[in-house]
Amino acid sequence: MKCIEITIKNETGLHTRPGNELVKFVKSLEGTTVEIEKGDKKIRAASLLQIMSLGVKKGDTIKIHIDGKDEDGAAKKFEEFFASLKD
Amino acid sequence: MSMQVIKGISACPGVVSGKAFIFAQPEIVINEENIETSDVEREIQLFIDGRAQAKLQLEKIQAITLKNIGPNEAAIFEGHLEILLDEGVEDEIRTLIKDELMYADKAAYLVGEQYREMFATMEDAYMRERSADMKDIFRRLLANILGIHIPQLSEIEEPSVVIAFDLTPSDTAQMDKQKVLGFVTAEGGATSHVAIMSRTLVIPAIVGAKGVLNLVQDGQEIILDAIAGDIIVDPDKEQEKIYKAKLEAHQKEVARLASLKELPAVTKDGVHMDLCANVGTDIGAKPALDQGAKGVGLYRSEFLYMDRSNWPSEEEQTIAYSNVVRAFDGDLVIIRTLDIGGDKSLDYFAFPHEENPFLGWRALRVCLDKVDIFKTQLRSILRSSASGKAGIMYPMVISVEEVIKANEILEECKKELTAEGIAFDPNIQKGVMIETPAAAMMANELADIVDFFSYGTNDLTQYTLAVDRGNSHIEKLYDSFHPAVLRLMAQATAAANAKGVWVGVCGELGGNHLATLFLMGIGIKELSMSAISIPKVKEIVRATTMTEAKEIAQKVLTIGSGAEIKKFLTESVEKVLNR
Repeated sequence: MKCIEITIKNETGLHTRPGNELVKFVKSLEGTTVEIEKGDKKIRAASLLQIMSLGVKKGDTIKIHIDGKDEDGAAKKFEEFFASLKD
Repeated sequence: MSMQVIKGISACPGVVSGKAFIFAQPEIVINEENIETSDVEREIQLFIDGRAQAKLQLEKIQAITLKNIGPNEAAIFEGHLEILLDEGVEDEIRTLIKDELMYADKAAYLVGEQYREMFATMEDAYMRERSADMKDIFRRLLANILGIHIPQLSEIEEPSVVIAFDLTPSDTAQMDKQKVLGFVTAEGGATSHVAIMSRTLVIPAIVGAKGVLNLVQDGQEIILDAIAGDIIVDPDKEQEKIYKAKLEAHQKEVARLASLKELPAVTKDGVHMDLCANVGTDIGAKPALDQGAKGVGLYRSEFLYMDRSNWPSEEEQTIAYSNVVRAFDGDLVIIRTLDIGGDKSLDYFAFPHEENPFLGWRALRVCLDKVDIFKTQLRSILRSSASGKAGIMYPMVISVEEVIKANEILEECKKELTAEGIAFDPNIQKGVMIETPAAAMMANELADIVDFFSYGTNDLTQYTLAVDRGNSHIEKLYDSFHPAVLRLMAQATAAANAKGVWVGVCGELGGNHLATLFLMGIGIKELSMSAISIPKVKEIVRATTMTEAKEIAQKVLTIGSGAEIKKFLTESVEKVLNR
């Protein structure tokens, strides 16, 4: 299990479209379970509705829990994903 | 059932008959009882199959939206699909069926409601508005589990009259325009989306027909008399005959006016008038050209900003403006900068609560405070000027300072584009929409800093007379022929013309054939209107002389009552057309 912290930089936070991109990205990581934590809530990252229910805005910090085969590789990919997120 | 007549307000005149296509949401009743353990597998399968059906429908809507509107709007449905297929939702529904022995529809309903409520109470305004999406998505899922059909405008097979409670832009985006003979909505007024769209596309329409959905059945034969504002259900033989005659007379009139299309709008003494169209979106360009429009006097850019989830980008706007500019092939297309606030709001931008929104933070006032948004639009308009002849018009001006500020921002945008090597017309015309008495009184000074004026007569009337145009109690007081309004226009036009600034009209008065002679006579050069009004106005221009129009205008300026002015102008028009 690996845990990284990410600060959201894109304008709209994890709204429908960026949230949807995140779900697609999470599903592309085979053999890996991902959970996202914000405040006292922890949800599974493969559900767009649950991601949206966190209400993640620009400037918020979230924790990403990665459980699977290549956790370090996945962590790096997550950082790249959030850095490239637009809109 | 015997013949019935339902009354409404005509939004776009015309007479058609045909089958009714009822576009209404079906009622959904949930199975509240419990199932047997042996039914669990069957209910789970019903959920999976219903979801697969819903997915197919959403994919179809997404494809049509992509074709009819654009990639950004279509992308919204990708989010809807993801929510429909959400793993969390699936698990929760399966659990309710298996552990609580619920029918699939009840399980789906409860899970949907739970998410809808959760979103409805979130802090973020964007997320709160998504609760309406949840409602739509789960409603579709439920209907499919229960095998209930959800009507779509894309399903119209044979040409029909569409009857609905109300229609949103996303509804109308789904339809095939060739298959819609006319529209009837139970809600809405003359300025509702359907009303504006029907006039743009020249499709007969009646709005505000209360009770229409209770009285008309799907597939029933109806006559739509959108001249009188009547919907005739199950017409008897006699009525059919009357309407057949009315329909023929209307078609003859349309054909007669259509024959004017290629003829120039020029008076008998050789003075040219520019008769242009008002358009809402780029789909309005073709119907406007079909009516013989020689340009666009008002491109209402706010529609690009409405009914979506985020500000439109510079690329999107450039495409939408360029489509119209290119279609008019060298004729001037005037794009009004964002006119938002007042009665027009945006889903993704929270306007402060205002006691008097029409006297509040709207139009240019918003743009001068939100310079980034304004610049994106000005850059887009400038870029579109590379495809033909574009113009920029500032709405809701009251002072010289505002226009100087707006012009400065425009110059900044030009500099940026030049530095970036992006093409535009450096001599693009800029103008003021005269819709406040203040702007009309400042015509002399405003004329020094712009190329044209155009009267927004709806707001000019409302602000001059202090009469809210949406308030039904004082409907009778709202009168664009009030001498105060007409005299204000005459004065400001004279001041502008003295400085070589041309003047147009783009409000309702521009398309009102009773006003044509007066407007010509005070020195108006361009009249912009709903495409459908152009032939009628052109007929008057071609039947008169500028000398005569000036005499009529002078006489109007001596009359002290709006009712008498209308009476005099009605007689003048009759005289001009029937000699």
